[in-house]
Amino acid sequence: MLAYLGRRLAQLVPVLLLISLIVFLVLHALPGDPAMLMLAGAEGGAVSAERIAELQEAMGLNDPLPVQYGRFLLGILRGDLGESIRLRTPVTEVILERFAFTIQLSLGGLVCALLLGITTGVLSALRPNGWTDVLFSLMAYFGMSMPLFWLGLMLIFLFAFQLKWFPPSGSEGLNRLILPSLTLGFVSAGAISRLTRSSLMEVLHEDYIRTAQAKGLARHRIVQRHALKNALIPVVTIVGLQFGGMLAGAVVTETVFSRPGLGRLVVQAILWKDYPLAQGIILFMAVLFLSANLLVDISYAWLDPRIRFH
Amino acid sequence: MFRRTLKAFRSQPQGVIGFALLLVWFILALSAGQLVPYDPLEQGLPPVREEDSPVRQAPSSLYWFGTDELGRDVLSRVLAGAHISLALGFISVSIGLVAGSTLGLVAGFYGGWVDGIVMRTMDALLAFPGILLALVVIAALGTSIQNVMIAVGIAIVPQYARLVRSLCLTIRELAYVEAAHVVGSGPARLILRHFLPNIVPPLIVLSTLQIGQAIIYGSALSFLGMGAQPPTPEWGLIAAKGRDFFRKAWWISTFPSLAILSVVLAFNLLGDGLRSLLDPRMRMMRAADQ
Repeated sequence: MLAYLGRRLAQLVPVLLLISLIVFLVLHALPGDPAMLMLAGAEGGAVSAERIAELQEAMGLNDPLPVQYGRFLLGILRGDLGESIRLRTPVTEVILERFAFTIQLSLGGLVCALLLGITTGVLSALRPNGWTDVLFSLMAYFGMSMPLFWLGLMLIFLFAFQLKWFPPSGSEGLNRLILPSLTLGFVSAGAISRLTRSSLMEVLHEDYIRTAQAKGLARHRIVQRHALKNALIPVVTIVGLQFGGMLAGAVVTETVFSRPGLGRLVVQAILWKDYPLAQGIILFMAVLFLSANLLVDISYAWLDPRIRFH
Repeated sequence: MFRRTLKAFRSQPQGVIGFALLLVWFILALSAGQLVPYDPLEQGLPPVREEDSPVRQAPSSLYWFGTDELGRDVLSRVLAGAHISLALGFISVSIGLVAGSTLGLVAGFYGGWVDGIVMRTMDALLAFPGILLALVVIAALGTSIQNVMIAVGIAIVPQYARLVRSLCLTIRELAYVEAAHVVGSGPARLILRHFLPNIVPPLIVLSTLQIGQAIIYGSALSFLGMGAQPPTPEWGLIAAKGRDFFRKAWWISTFPSLAILSVVLAFNLLGDGLRSLLDPRMRMMRAADQ
């Protein structure tokens, strides 16, 4: 297990280096002078030449690119992602202040997606082509095809304004988490539902299921004890991937629900042309996603010893 | 002809529905404003009752989808936006398809260090999930609908690279491909005669599904203010502008969103239909079920 862990961590190093390089190049491959672009975007109006020179000097934009990249990397290792031009605070500080909102939302969305997806998937697989199957398939298709922002707007309209069950926006407390989580979850539930359905249907054709049937086990026991465990393996493997989907979906969902998380902030940072901030958040989200994937892989290898020796 | 269509429908209802839906949207998109009741940019259209305000009129027999915050006809704007979203879907997927398949083909065909470099880069790109990679590109290029097409195209490159590479690895091991290699077929012949025919069907399926996904991404970026700029009748942008009035004028955001939903749904249905049509394994599974 330790050897597996070491191997996985070692594989992560070149990927992390490449990610930092991609994010770094985004800032520096910009046409025009980043310092001027940023100042014009962040402060508006005419920008004085001294201010530009000052920022160029402060950001080390006059050094050759490899030197700048080296400094950028060293900064990351020390937890220093530069300073936000708009907010005038260190990017690391801003991220630490806000990332909890995004994590809560992503986990909430993931829980909703798994609950909805697995339940409907199992019910569909038990009676393929029955009316529940058709209904859930339709729901899955709609979920996969629906724009997130509209689903969010409708849920706000229905549950916050008409029924007044939940507050329409904001960040504090569990009842402000439910609507955005449902929005995020519903969209991903479709894919999970389809996967659960096909996986369970495949498993139900296996020999050991026929054996269980032959020895007279009740159907619900066969499904619970034998089929479901095996059918859910492919679902578990995509949980990490789904978490990434949640992080990406948070960008839209947080904007619709006015949640002060990283997703909403990265959009604002790009619109403000606050590149250090955008760069820092994007980098942070990528690392978060990679860590989630690593966590899923580790627990998976722990559950299924065959993986470790692969 | 009719019989065959009926038979196809029976075995593939979702694919046929998707295809029919798309056909309607294509006709609307290609009609280039001929089928639009009003000028999609004209503001302050006359209200149904004279004493009313021309802005945010509820749906009526005059304005089926109502009017927006500037008194423009929502139906005309939704119809006029069809070609933008369809173009976005096709252009970004073409970018992803060409770049991604080439990378995947090179990686899978040559293997070794070429494979290593290409696939590690793809892994790094995949670390920016979904729309985030498109955001990275937008941050570099600036906000516009053209840049959204490029950004979404780049965002789906890794999917194609991975699919094509894994297909190549499987095909390389096939007995007849090895035989062809042994008797001295060159790389060009191997790729054209043996690799491509095996790669194209899964690529058609993936592309159909990806067009839907690309339209979702593109409209989301426009909704966030990073894509089309006013007064372009882009669906995501119309929905974003109507967002502030959703309580009192739900129709401004709802109808363009329904348009997105129906187009993406159509591509998803068609893609799944094509998948079961083109994938022999699924065909056999269906036969076994019957």
